[in-house]
Amino acid sequence: MMAESANASEIRASIVQQRKADDRKKLMVNLVLLALLLVAPAVLYPVFLMKILCFALFAVAFNLLLGFTGLLSFGHAAFLATGGYTTGYLLSTYANVTTEMGIIAGTAAATLLGLFFGLVTIRRQGIYFAMITLALAQLVFFFLVQAPFTGGEDGMHGVPRGYLFGLIDLQNNTAMYYFVLAIFLFGYILVQRIVTSPYGQILKAIKQNEPRAVSLGYNVNQYKLIAFVISAGLAGLAGSVKTVVFQLASLNDAHWHMSGEVILMTLIGGTGTLLGPVVGAAFVVNLEYQLSQGALADWVDAILGGIFILTVLAFRSGIVGEIQKFLKKNLH
Amino acid sequence: MTMILGVPVAVLFGQLLLGVINGAFYALLSLGLAVIFGLLKIINFAHGALYMLGALVTVVMFDAFGVNYWVSLFVAPLLVGCFGVLIEYFLLRRIAHEDHIYSLLLTFGVALLIQGILTNIYGVSGLRYSMPDVFSGGVNLGFMFLPYYRAWVIVVALLVCFGTWFMIEKTKLGSYLRAGTEDSQLMQGFGINVPLLVSLTYGFGVMLAAFAGVLAAPIYSVSPVMGGNLLIVVFAVVVIGGMGSIAGAVITGLLMGVIEGLTKVFYPEGSAAVIFLVMVVVLLIRPSGLFGKEA
Repeated sequence: MMAESANASEIRASIVQQRKADDRKKLMVNLVLLALLLVAPAVLYPVFLMKILCFALFAVAFNLLLGFTGLLSFGHAAFLATGGYTTGYLLSTYANVTTEMGIIAGTAAATLLGLFFGLVTIRRQGIYFAMITLALAQLVFFFLVQAPFTGGEDGMHGVPRGYLFGLIDLQNNTAMYYFVLAIFLFGYILVQRIVTSPYGQILKAIKQNEPRAVSLGYNVNQYKLIAFVISAGLAGLAGSVKTVVFQLASLNDAHWHMSGEVILMTLIGGTGTLLGPVVGAAFVVNLEYQLSQGALADWVDAILGGIFILTVLAFRSGIVGEIQKFLKKNLH
Repeated sequence: MTMILGVPVAVLFGQLLLGVINGAFYALLSLGLAVIFGLLKIINFAHGALYMLGALVTVVMFDAFGVNYWVSLFVAPLLVGCFGVLIEYFLLRRIAHEDHIYSLLLTFGVALLIQGILTNIYGVSGLRYSMPDVFSGGVNLGFMFLPYYRAWVIVVALLVCFGTWFMIEKTKLGSYLRAGTEDSQLMQGFGINVPLLVSLTYGFGVMLAAFAGVLAAPIYSVSPVMGGNLLIVVFAVVVIGGMGSIAGAVITGLLMGVIEGLTKVFYPEGSAAVIFLVMVVVLLIRPSGLFGKEA
């Protein structure tokens, strides 16, 4: 007995040690990445970086659902666009609305829309969930095309960037970049905290075996609904910031292609990993940019489709997922 | 002129007719989705692209080889159906044992790829296809004018829908199909070639989509992007009807077409959105859809 329990505590100690070492490694990776993001505008064009950060936040929000809850939403463009259009409308119509107020309002609008979507869809699973979210997002698209204040097919142009807290001129791209970076980090860390919290563990349990989570007494639908609303809110935040950065809100953001694109970003980076969607967003945005510069400009859709097929067939863990697998195999 | 609810009768019936025709297309497409869903348990996101392929093949065959409408009506679905079998055999089969979400994403990729390539070749402006001479003109029913081609579309779509229903519910092959939906492993144990059945089922569902495409070629603008937005409407139709029954898919399709047509008369701005609104209402009242069985 004694020997056994001593053995058990030894094992426990070594597990704890292992975990601490893993945490330290993760922290190191994160710090290196943060340092890279801080110096990046010195090397790369800030607007391009901001575009990546906006889509990265969008994909991180989306991944909270697909990667950590197991829900495939095919309507996340609706939240991106709702955030973007709300912010754009407020900032260009009311002179006394500050930039941060506009962004908060856009996020709130997307969160509310997420609550509505969630209440309608949350009882359905799998492909039904995907189809319903897609159809609901199309409803939002039609609304944005026809509503009198959205600019219809043209979208909203000339949204002022304004001043942050009334002090910092956001017309300056470098200032704007660090503002966007701060918001991105806020969203990223929020999702990280959620995923590692007890609540996040329950979400994972739901993803892996929903009936068992139900039988353990969890109100599964409520957990999923909360995750959905948070995801929608963060997607709206990404849309709001994107509108401020580019000073326009366009129908492209509401189109179902955008919902497909965020799925591709998340999938290619690695679903269920924290860093995956960020890497995927950087990959897709960069790819689209490179293609649009060259002879293949008209082939972007076809190439994205091809990448989609390849990823699903051969590469389902995504870039970050594959790297993690490789490291596990070779380091332990 | 006679009026009903402040709308001229001719306008009302004209829109109703358009609604029934749209409904016939919804019915054909959601039927194909339902057939594929039954055995493969996936939602075929490429359905819109394959519908477009049916129409495009018809136009291209006519322009290049002078193949007439009647031949196209058989050949185009057959060609596209074979293409569908290839998709199933080379792509879908390889991830059949994975989460169904992946098959949905795969077919989405296929749709993007097909649409992207064809957009580069044919552009998005739309190709012309003249309808066969037999169908020129129409008949005056007294309260409205009914073009022959539109009547033909409604009749033939309903016949195909009925034929599919009959085949699945009343024939031996259909009984295999239904059994495969219940338990494909047991089916395999009985010595039935399930992989072949799956391929053929997918091919058949694709043929239905392509057939709808051929029917659409003379009346809608044929372009590589014609299937994309239509598919989302059909998804909504499928959600409203529920995946429970073949007949349910057909009835819901027609019904939604009519509702859309009526909305065009009384509140034109809402016509694009009305089906999605109906979907929301149905989901709130009956989460499994009008004809759905699963909880």
